[in-house]
Amino acid sequence: MIRKGWWKLFAFMLLFYVSTYGFIVKVPKLDDRMENSIRNMFFHVPMWFSMMILLFVSVWYAAKFLRTAAPKDDFYSNAFAATGTLYGFLGLSTGAIWANYQWGSPWSGDPKQNGAAIAMLIYLAYFVLRGSMTDDDKRSRIAAVYNIFAFFMLFPTLWILPRLTESLHPGGQGSEGNPGINGRDMDANMRSVFYPAVIGWTLLGVWVSTLKIRYELLKEK
Amino acid sequence: MVVLLFVFVCCITVNAQTQVAAANSDIMRSNGKIYVVMAVVFTIVTGLFLYVFSIDKKISKLENK
Repeated sequence: MIRKGWWKLFAFMLLFYVSTYGFIVKVPKLDDRMENSIRNMFFHVPMWFSMMILLFVSVWYAAKFLRTAAPKDDFYSNAFAATGTLYGFLGLSTGAIWANYQWGSPWSGDPKQNGAAIAMLIYLAYFVLRGSMTDDDKRSRIAAVYNIFAFFMLFPTLWILPRLTESLHPGGQGSEGNPGINGRDMDANMRSVFYPAVIGWTLLGVWVSTLKIRYELLKEK
Repeated sequence: MVVLLFVFVCCITVNAQTQVAAANSDIMRSNGKIYVVMAVVFTIVTGLFLYVFSIDKKISKLENK
């Protein structure tokens, strides 16, 4: 499955569609504070959606490893965590670029920005933890346990706390709606690019993770 | 070029907010520069995919040895 080509080509086709039509599709004209920068929805937001999916796969394999003790599961867990963390940092950077023009400065101490930074630091600590141990078996087991903790920390930092207080991001106290799952009351035109974008960027992340896994498996032989 | 000049004139003269707003939100499309952004992003995406694909091929070759 990880060597098959069809879903990789599909990922490219989706991102080709997003990176072309995403700039042409009509976006709603509201009060002109966002203007066309809302097109960032097709790039910045999918980074976070993809990150959640990739890190979920990572913790799934971490839990699986604790049951099976098979090194393959540990390779999967590590690879998906690495790509997920990369996407998280891309989300932070693209968010800072967007915020610079939309909110006046790249870092506003917004609850979601802070939460995301904390979540990323927790995952960075996962890699430091892995690097600090030399015994393969011990490293994999302790890393798997930490992975589970790190994944569950995503929820208070990214989803719960930013909604309990006032926030510049949509969804904070004082603004309406659930920003994540309902497509942010997105216009139908935008939704037609947004969902393919999430799928496309996620599949690209999966592809990169599978390459890392195959490389580690080859090295082991 | 004429369209660009027209858009600037719209911005400079004292107008109702909506008229200026209409000019502003379509500025990139009216002067065709949105297609430059589109081409840049598409080039980056394609380049990324070509790179990942080449690594995929190298690994497949090593696996099949």
